[in-house]
Amino acid sequence: MDSQSNAAIRTAEALVDTSAKPSGTEATPDACVSAELSPPEEKSQVQSRTPVMIWFRTSGPRYLVRIMALVAAVLLWELASDNGFSFYVNFENIPAPSVVGAALGAELAGQEFYLHILHSLERVAIAYVMAVVLGVVIGVAMGRSRWAEDIILPYIELLRPIPAVAWIPLAILMLPTEQSSIVFITFLGALFPVILNTVHGVEQTNGLLVRAARSLGASRTAILWHVVLPGAMPSIVAGLAIGMGVAWFSLLAGEIISGQYGIGYYTWNSYTLIQYPQIIIGMLTIGGLGTLCTLLVRKGCSPLLKWQARGGRS
Amino acid sequence: MNETLMNDNRLAVLDHSRTRAKSGKPGAERGRISVRDVDIVFDTANGPHVAVKNANLAVRPGEFICLLGPSGCGKSTLMNSIAGFVPPSSGEVTIDGEAVTEPGPDRGMVFQQHSLFPWKTVKENVAFGPLMAGVGQNEANSVARTFLSLVGLAAFENAYPNTLSGGMQQRVGIARALANYPSVLLMDEPFGALDAQTRVMMQENLLDIWREFRNTVVFVTHDIDEAVFLSDRIVVMSASPGRIIADIDVKLPRPREQSLLTSPEFMALKRQCLDLIRQETLNAFQQQNKAG
Ligand SMILES: Nc1ncnc2c1ncn2[C@@H]1O[C@H](COP(=O)(O)OP(=O)(O)OP(=O)(O)O)[C@@H](O)[C@H]1O
Ligand SMILES: [Mg+2]
Repeated sequence: MDSQSNAAIRTAEALVDTSAKPSGTEATPDACVSAELSPPEEKSQVQSRTPVMIWFRTSGPRYLVRIMALVAAVLLWELASDNGFSFYVNFENIPAPSVVGAALGAELAGQEFYLHILHSLERVAIAYVMAVVLGVVIGVAMGRSRWAEDIILPYIELLRPIPAVAWIPLAILMLPTEQSSIVFITFLGALFPVILNTVHGVEQTNGLLVRAARSLGASRTAILWHVVLPGAMPSIVAGLAIGMGVAWFSLLAGEIISGQYGIGYYTWNSYTLIQYPQIIIGMLTIGGLGTLCTLLVRKGCSPLLKWQARGGRS
Repeated sequence: MNETLMNDNRLAVLDHSRTRAKSGKPGAERGRISVRDVDIVFDTANGPHVAVKNANLAVRPGEFICLLGPSGCGKSTLMNSIAGFVPPSSGEVTIDGEAVTEPGPDRGMVFQQHSLFPWKTVKENVAFGPLMAGVGQNEANSVARTFLSLVGLAAFENAYPNTLSGGMQQRVGIARALANYPSVLLMDEPFGALDAQTRVMMQENLLDIWREFRNTVVFVTHDIDEAVFLSDRIVVMSASPGRIIADIDVKLPRPREQSLLTSPEFMALKRQCLDLIRQETLNAFQQQNKAG
């Protein structure tokens, strides 16, 4: 018993010794790295002291440039509209940003506009959740089973190139309500990118990691959960973000159907009523909401990918 | 205070490993490997390719053997058949009398590189085996911590693998394989991708750990110094098709230290292996030239 514990202590010392070698002359890279990477807690402390300063130094100027680029475009547009610029492209009937801004102010003061947005958000939410759940399940099945792939792939190849607008007649004929037709069209738009990216990610599974997991006693389900899905996650997340973007522009097509609400409907309706500023408000709202939702998807998924961040970068 | 706690913890682990070892088969030690008349043939585009030919190998429980041979001679293939990844085309592989049919947690594997789960922290990687064995999350975590301190990486339990150096990653890999208390540890050129100094440190580290565990180790390498320094026995394989052409006892005293590398006994063993390997490497080149 005594000799045993002594042996253990000796080994412990030896181990501590090897791991904490000072990075002196000709130090092994191993020792260097352990010295330079002090335990993670300390490191994050040092970093969290100045994130704002770091942002200003590294990202600040770049965001400034991006904002300036947009401002320049708006200024050009204002000039073109005010002076009735017409040389092949005609700005005579295009309301200036100032006019659009005033119209937007009026819309924001009322209630209708928000109802349109809410309806669209609701449709996108329903369609997107269905597309993500079904898309990931189908994608994993296809990536894991040749059978599933052979059965499903022909449908995807055939249906994917069909643009959302082309589905409108069928959607109206097949589905009971306007709402369900619009949701269906939006759903289809989001579905394919999610499926294809999931398949791609699953097929990239690292065989060595699967073997490591098997030799550690993992079952097939455990391998799916702990190796295949996390490995496919970067690709799946990319698919989710693309799917969100596609969902929004499919929604616009779908809302041609609707006679009631929705930001797509708002835009089409403004066109028929010749309300030019409203058309532009509708367009920009769709663009803004699409971008915002895509950003939310990326941010929401980033905890799933935090292992990819290396060292200080994020 | 902390130090003694850690040591107590480690002793508990080792005791645990002994009782588990005994519970496997009463009276018998675990980790006896027997490879009998094994041929391994792969179907390739150019027809069948014999990777291992008529291999016979008996490894006693607690023995440390090295498989040494030129590149492409079938070392990994033979080891993979012990691991249960590659079924022998004929012959039989048994562990403690039971035929190997699939990989299992009784045979820990350490791969050459990049085999940690990159999305799991160091601790989660090591806790994975115990979790798969049905141990609760808390116990799995404490097993993981124990084995991480065994390899000197307790401070990095929450780091992700891609923030560690190659040597540190391999130590995590060793801790992960050991956390299942395997009776056999299979290591396929685990230090092959490391620089010379780190490799030497890792070898000493490994021997320290093995001295406590005393499980059976099969270690694949083509570094002769490494084979002589580590093993009780060196099994030399011929160029393709891989046959076992020599079985050399390494009767150097343990514990071993770097000073051993310059001793006459070490040199003599090294020379013996060198001659065998040189001949085999020449053969391998000639064959590859013919094939190409
Ligand atoms: N899955 C496989 N299918 C076909 N041939 C294979 C397969 N695995 C290995 N081989 C062939 O078997 C032979 C032995 O390969 P193996 O990987 O066991 O060699 P090795 O001794 O480990 O070489 P190295 O030292 O380079 O790792 C090689 O000629 C290789 O091409
Ligand atoms: Mg190999």
